[in-house]
Formats: sequence, C-alpha cells, structure tokens
Amino acid sequence: MKRTTLFIAQLVFTLLVCAFMLVPVLMSLLAGLTRNYFVGVSSGLTFDWLIQVWQSYSPTVWLSLRLAVACAVCVCVIGVPAAYALVRMNNRFSRAFEELMVLPVAMPGLASALALLLTYGQFGEFRSSWLFILVGHVLFTLPFLVRPVMAVMQRQQLPTLEEAAASLGAGPIKRFFSVVVPNCRAGILAGVLMVVTLSLGEFNLTWMLHTPMTKTLPVGLADSYASARLEVASAYTLIFLLMIVPLLIALQAISARLSRGERR
Amino acid sequence: MTTVPLNVQDVSSRHDVLQRLRPTAAWALAPAAAVLLAFWLLPLAHLIVLGGQGREGSDSGYWQVLSSAQYLGSLVQTCLLAALVTLAALLVGGISGVFLARQQFFGRSALVALLTFPLAFPGVVVGFLVILLAGRQGLFASLGLGLAGERWIFAYSLTGLFIGYLYFSIPRVILTVMAACESLDRSLEEAAHSLGAGHWRVVCDVIVPGLAPALVSCGAICFATSMGAFGTAFTLGTRLNVTPVAIYNVFTNYANFTVAAALSVILGAVTWAVLLLARRVAKQSGTVL
Repeated sequence: MKRTTLFIAQLVFTLLVCAFMLVPVLMSLLAGLTRNYFVGVSSGLTFDWLIQVWQSYSPTVWLSLRLAVACAVCVCVIGVPAAYALVRMNNRFSRAFEELMVLPVAMPGLASALALLLTYGQFGEFRSSWLFILVGHVLFTLPFLVRPVMAVMQRQQLPTLEEAAASLGAGPIKRFFSVVVPNCRAGILAGVLMVVTLSLGEFNLTWMLHTPMTKTLPVGLADSYASARLEVASAYTLIFLLMIVPLLIALQAISARLSRGERR
Repeated sequence: MTTVPLNVQDVSSRHDVLQRLRPTAAWALAPAAAVLLAFWLLPLAHLIVLGGQGREGSDSGYWQVLSSAQYLGSLVQTCLLAALVTLAALLVGGISGVFLARQQFFGRSALVALLTFPLAFPGVVVGFLVILLAGRQGLFASLGLGLAGERWIFAYSLTGLFIGYLYFSIPRVILTVMAACESLDRSLEEAAHSLGAGHWRVVCDVIVPGLAPALVSCGAICFATSMGAFGTAFTLGTRLNVTPVAIYNVFTNYANFTVAAALSVILGAVTWAVLLLARRVAKQSGTVL
C-alpha cells in the first residue's frame, strides 16, 4: 500500500483527535498523584491524595457499586423477558413498545428526574432511600441491555430449538430458562457490562434524585469539583477511572467477539 | 423453479412456530411494561399536566416560558450550541472514522480503543477534563502564559461547554462512521476514480452520500445528548445560560415547579422532534446509543 501525503495528513489529524481525547485524562491522572499541582511534578509524587479521597468519599464508591449491581440484576430480570417478547411478537405493538423503552434515553435526564421527583417525591421513605435512584437508573439503562439481547436472539435458530423443546414436553417457563437464556448468554453479558458502566457514571438523573444520605460516586465527584482542591478532585477521578476502564476493556472484547460471531 | 414451493412451505411452517410461541411471549413483556408505565409514562404525563398549570393565578408554565426572553434565549442558545457541536463532531469524527475504517497500519486497533473509551465518561468528568485543559490552572493557561504572557482561560464559558460536548460526541461519531464504512461498496469509489474523479469528488459524490443515513441518525443522537447534557454544564458553572442549567436553577433556587416542568417538557419535545425527523430522513438505523 502506498503511503501518500493524504494518508499522512489523515493520520496526523486522527492523532491530534486522539491527543484531544487523552491529554486531559493523563493530566488528571498526573494531578491526582502530584504533591502540589500548582508547583508541578517537581514537588514529588504521592499517594496521599488517593488515601484522603478514600477516607472521605469511600461510602459513595460502595453505594455506586451496590446501585450498579442492583441495577444490573433488575434490568436483567425485566429486560431479558422483554427482549424475548419483542423478538417473538415483532408486530406494530412491539415496535411501539421498543420506541417507548428508548425514550428515557433520548429525553434529557434532568427532565426524567424532575418527572420522577414531582410524582413520587412526596413518599418520604421511598424518596430518601437509594431505591429511588435505582428506579431512575433502571429506566435509563434498560434499552442498553434489551438491544444487544434482541440482536443475539434475532440471529439464532431460537424458534427451531424452542419448538424442539416444546415437542419434547417442555413448558414455556422451562423453555425460557433452559433454551432461550443459555443461548443468548453473550448478549446478556455485553448488556450487563454496559448497564454497570452506565450506572456507575450516571449523573444527570442521579443529581436530582439523590439526598445527602444517598450520594453516589458521580455526585461525590461533582461535589469535589466544586469545592475540593484540584489534586483531591483529580485523585477522585482517578479512582473512578480505575473502576470504569476495566469494564470498558471487557466490553470492547465482548463486542468484538459478538461481531465476529455475526460474520460467521 | 422446484425450490419455490419448498421455500413457501418453509416460511409458513416458521410462521406457525412463531404463532404457537406468541401467546406466552406477550406475558414476558409484562414486568417491563409495568415499570415503564409506573415510573416513566405516569411521571411524564404528570410533568406535562403540571407545566400547564399556573401558580397563584398566574399564567400557565408554558406561556411563562414562551413569553420570557430569558427562557427563550436559553432555549435558542442551547439548540444553536448543540447544532454547532453536532456539525463539528460529524466533521472531525467523519474524517477520522473513514480513515480508521479504510487504512491498515500498526497500532490502529489500539488507536480505535483509545478513541472510544471516552464514550462512557459521565458529563461531570468531561467537565472536569475541560477545566484541566482550559481552566485557571489548565494546560492552555500555562501555554498562554509562556507564549503570550497572559493566561488563556475559556473553560467557564460557552467555548468550554462546546469543547466538553465535542469531547463526548466525537467517539460516538467515529464508532458509527467506522461501522457504516464497512457496509459501503468500495467498487463505487474505484469506479469513480477510474472515471477520473479526484479525491474531493469521490468524497463529496460517493463517500458522503453513502454515509449520509448513518451521519444523520448519529448526528441526531449527538444533538440530543448535547441538549440534555447537564453534568458538563453543571461542573463548568451554573451561570451558563443553557436550558438544563436553567431548569435546575428554577427548580432548586426558586422552587418554581410549573416553570421547571414546562421547560423540561419543551426541551424534551424539541429533542424528540429532532430524533424523529432524523429517523424520517434516514430510514435505516444501526447507530450506537
């Protein structure tokens, strides 16, 4: 392949875009480990900021993890059957339902949160518990599980397999758990990873739904950006990135495997 | 010709299978339907009704928004900013996306992986990254100090917001364009080249029209995300006059629920209308959410 000037120009452009994406992240990592960012790296590197962040903000990390896991479980419980139903029905009603399901993602998060808050805010118990945030997260992440699961279900020989199971005497529930679910494990896994990643980083809804007792990681981040010194905010961001980047790597690996399966 | 009846039979038996499996399938939709009804449709209906009510005999929330220069100004400003970000992201992401999809070179997959990570960064983090780039102690501040003797600070303005929105829009465009490029027919480009068309002509007459459906639907999603991106604006400062911040201020500072509800409904309606319009224009979907 000949490398023309056009190729070089495009490569430089793409590298510049990449720099725009990466330089701020690297700066944030560095700032979180620098003793005094105002002076510069020459002031020495330290883990003190990370320790300080962990001491004051660790409850937010645990709450976010709990929320993410609970959200993934809830979305699986309601989303996998829904994906199955939507693929099976495939009529005007199911397409309208799919549309409805994607709407909370398309709408500004602030508007959805406001709607939830104004409708259910008067139930004090519910309002002040973390379940209130969970509802918002489930609404927001549901399509991100249903979409990949539907994609996997659509391309497999599920109707044939199910028919075989039915002719051998398996009821609908048994068919669902022993034929449908095992056959779309990859789609479910990809969806769950996406849901956990999104739930860990969700801010637009969470900021309106949280109370001082239920602060999630992104809410804590916003707090620290507004009030803490730059090093603390950076160290906090570093902790967040450490949580989210392994998830993203796993997600990329799985979606690569899924698209390979599609081509086969 | 003998295969035709066989095919028909095959299709009809498949149809039978689906028919027999269908009644149970509808039940599986019930939990999701219940959750969406209780926590999405009901609150949304409540919000729409609330926006129409007036507080203490004043006009309805919608009228208060539509007759106020401040709220209308923030809506227009938000739309313009989102449109500008969408165009810029499509241009930058389009160039890089086509390049990454077409060329094979060392380190390509690593580059793609790095470029797509920021897709999952929340808005608050993106806001903070903009502050690190262009804030008071940011990269551009020290760069400006070294080059021109003054600190270049533009993080806390609409420029900063533009950079932040661009930051989370570019990865989405790159991913969509790369996926769309794979389904593009390369022989068309080769034909155009062999007929004597230059690079520019091929880009304008072959590649861009081929990518148009993907670009339109992805652009609509970028627009929608930029319209509702509260996190970035919140981190960069609550003085910015964009609608999500305006909703937040009206709700928390003035506790004016009707105007907050009306603003939310109008913002949501504009966003939804753009998404719907894009769907009409580009019939095919397949974008990254």
